[in-house]
Amino acid sequence: MNAPVILDRRRVLAGGGALIVSFSLTEVFAQDQSAPAAAPAPTPPGSLKTAPFLDSWIRIDADGGITAFTGKAELGQGFKTAFQQIAAEELDVPFETLKVVTADTHRTANEGYTSGSNSMKDSGTAIRNAAAQVRELLVAEAARRLDLPAENFRTENGAVISPDGRRLGYGDLVAADMLHVQAQPKSKLKDPSTFKVMGQPVPRVDIPAKVTGGAAYVQDMRLPGMVHARIVRPPSYGAQLTDCDSSGIEKLPGVVKVVRDGNFLAVVAKKEFQAIKAMGALSAVAKWRETPSLPKQDDLIKVVTSLPSQDSTIFERSNPSAVGQTTVEASYMRPYQAHGSIGPSCAVAQLVDGAMTVWTHTQGVYPDRQGIAEMLHVPPASVRVIHVEGSGCYGHNGADDAAADAALIARALPGTPVRVQWTREQEHSWEPFGPAMVTKLKASLDSNGRISDWNFEVWSNTHSMRPGGAGSMLAAQHMAQPFAVPAPKPLPLPEGGGDRNAIPIYTFPNAHVVHHFIPAMPLRISAMRSLGAYHNVFSIESFMDELAVTAGADPVEFRLKHLDDPRGRDVIEKAAQGFGWRKGQKAPQDRGFGFAFARYKNLAAYCAIATEVEVNRETGRPRLVRAVAAVDSGQVVNPDGLINQIEGAIVQSMSWTLYESVTFDDTRITSIDWQTYPILRFNSVPESIEVHIIDRPGQPFLGSGETGQGPAAASIANAIADATGRRLRNLPLTRKRIKDAIDA
Amino acid sequence: MMTLKVNGHDHQIDADPDTPLLYVLRDDIKLNAAKFGCGLGQCGSCTVIVDRKAVLSCVTPLVLLEGKQVTTLEGLGTIEAPAPIQRAFMEEQAAQCGYCIAGMMMRAQALLQKNPKPTDEQIRAELEPHLCRCGTHMRILRAVHRAIRLMDTADASSTTHRSAQ
Repeated sequence: MNAPVILDRRRVLAGGGALIVSFSLTEVFAQDQSAPAAAPAPTPPGSLKTAPFLDSWIRIDADGGITAFTGKAELGQGFKTAFQQIAAEELDVPFETLKVVTADTHRTANEGYTSGSNSMKDSGTAIRNAAAQVRELLVAEAARRLDLPAENFRTENGAVISPDGRRLGYGDLVAADMLHVQAQPKSKLKDPSTFKVMGQPVPRVDIPAKVTGGAAYVQDMRLPGMVHARIVRPPSYGAQLTDCDSSGIEKLPGVVKVVRDGNFLAVVAKKEFQAIKAMGALSAVAKWRETPSLPKQDDLIKVVTSLPSQDSTIFERSNPSAVGQTTVEASYMRPYQAHGSIGPSCAVAQLVDGAMTVWTHTQGVYPDRQGIAEMLHVPPASVRVIHVEGSGCYGHNGADDAAADAALIARALPGTPVRVQWTREQEHSWEPFGPAMVTKLKASLDSNGRISDWNFEVWSNTHSMRPGGAGSMLAAQHMAQPFAVPAPKPLPLPEGGGDRNAIPIYTFPNAHVVHHFIPAMPLRISAMRSLGAYHNVFSIESFMDELAVTAGADPVEFRLKHLDDPRGRDVIEKAAQGFGWRKGQKAPQDRGFGFAFARYKNLAAYCAIATEVEVNRETGRPRLVRAVAAVDSGQVVNPDGLINQIEGAIVQSMSWTLYESVTFDDTRITSIDWQTYPILRFNSVPESIEVHIIDRPGQPFLGSGETGQGPAAASIANAIADATGRRLRNLPLTRKRIKDAIDA
Repeated sequence: MMTLKVNGHDHQIDADPDTPLLYVLRDDIKLNAAKFGCGLGQCGSCTVIVDRKAVLSCVTPLVLLEGKQVTTLEGLGTIEAPAPIQRAFMEEQAAQCGYCIAGMMMRAQALLQKNPKPTDEQIRAELEPHLCRCGTHMRILRAVHRAIRLMDTADASSTTHRSAQ
């Protein structure tokens, strides 16, 4: 198998550039460590591999002020707080005294994208090890100054304490470039049994501002002299702007400028509502030529499986002695689905003396800088991209596009800060969707009710069209001198894209897994939370239940029978126990019990979810009554944050699973707001969700931000099958589909 | 020019009468809490209280607000001195990205002012116009229940205080 590397990050790292200077010399580009100098082998852990200098992660000022740096972006998953806990723990400083600075191309390491549930593993690990090594350096410096052996020194509350009780504050100890050293491969990490801050449910640092009206989001930025821009997007993919007499628009109240560059059209006004009115007027005079290019939405299985594909066998196991007796086949489908951020994308950009600064809720400040620089035909060094929180994104939504929009408009208004705010309709129709997928499964059971052979095929687009190059950004695609959309690539295993979690975690004597990678992308698509894992886990875990039914086995017992992984077994048992799962137990009238399990990417957190679903037989309406989850994400840093993530995964996945599909006609996306793309509302929120954590002190951090989505989907589908006796295989499991299945 | 009363203060507003309240709050008065989510009255992110009712500020034009009292989340309390509803959301850690939360809190606040002891069913029904994409719903419900208790305690202590005088 390939090394566990994300394609995009590797591409970014291949970009070249020298390893430069520390904070103590200058903050500018201190963190541009793409293509780092050869680090000592073996390499230090996490993102220290690619950004090995300790002062890329921890900075101590002369006044004792301590800052931890991460190249990852806080997206509402709460890791900013977790990183602060980690740094405080390993440095022995009070939690509140630390600051955490997140993704900024002038200040933080290049950690590529904040994606794939990798933040704790990459950045959390780097911060933890860097903090531990900084602490060691401080102890060594104190020992040197007092001319005593370092062994008997300890640290406490931001100071090194000598054996005879003398205190040397960190700020006094740290000399100019003392921390500008490369990390060692090994750190003296604290024993988890001594943790004071890690492992505690520390309240999130960002919540107080968010619940009192503080400035918390890029949407809340107000720079002096800032103007408001709105985009007039084409009405459909590929539409050409044939005519646009904007002379009247520029005379409207407050309008500063109309910006047109090919098919890119925007208007800028002094006040926000003036910009909105001008957008409406500009939209009315813009004439577009559209081309019908979209496939048939009501026949997605055929559409997806008929597109040319590049096929590869990604897993093969053979044991001819295992012979099946009963064969079961099934096919599952997932439609295009939307990230559907509650706050449409927004960005602020300002061009000052040839330097472009962009404030954005992107997941990747460095890749965005590269894309924006390419689009503007300027060197990347003249562009600074700073992450500011936006509404939750759940993957590649409109954030990067809005950043490019803002930069392109700001270029036309030198000196003036420009705020671009997308409309609801733009976010819904232009965001890159989670791609439609089809899976076909076939398996046989032997005479003992064991799976003897397993065949799994998945058809999918790529799951990342994220920036790096300009061609990934709408503004660059729409310019008069456009940038071509880059050729899609499958994301490499073991993380994978369309084939993420396609390889079963269960042990089957014969197994054959094929990935049909589809390069053609009729709809604009990219990374959506958990990528292919959502559909692959939905398929595998639905099919496991179908096989369990055929074998006459209990679903939990059937899974355990095929699973060797001890941590996987533990979460299954924990979830079953928490739910009160009992073999052969029938759910109450019109209700069903469901169970599902996965280890995200087969290398991150483990998650098992049991659900109880009620189905109204008259209307077909499904209602998730309760869910009980168990999760193992290695060493837990913030248990409440972890529980929050899993609760959210279950509720979000339930919405995807029961309600959501992008709609379109032959030319346009037609699901353009919350009426045409309905999602979960409060009347469908379950009565209870319980999350049980299996903590693994001393074990590596495992990402958990996406581990629940797949299991939640399958668990709900299995509960619906249990309640109705009907198996639904095409997402979403709408009340109409359920009603039709009941009536069939 | 029009006078708009927001969080107890009069503001002279120079904006077209059809300007939705949301933009007056954000652009003219520089308040953050009311959020743009859809501009269509579909998601609840922009909810504020006008007199005693929760309204969707993105579809409420300025012209309708003459002489009315507008309350935003900023008007309830501060980080240092949070209102019960704010304390409740902090204590329950009832946010992920938090973008929808201010609107949810204003709807809940209006509900609790009208009905200090709503049932769980009533709370869910009241929050029906509000969307949350992170899936924080369970915590939001818990936070509203906690706010009920906190307000109850606050009322009880102020009653005690008054009777003591």
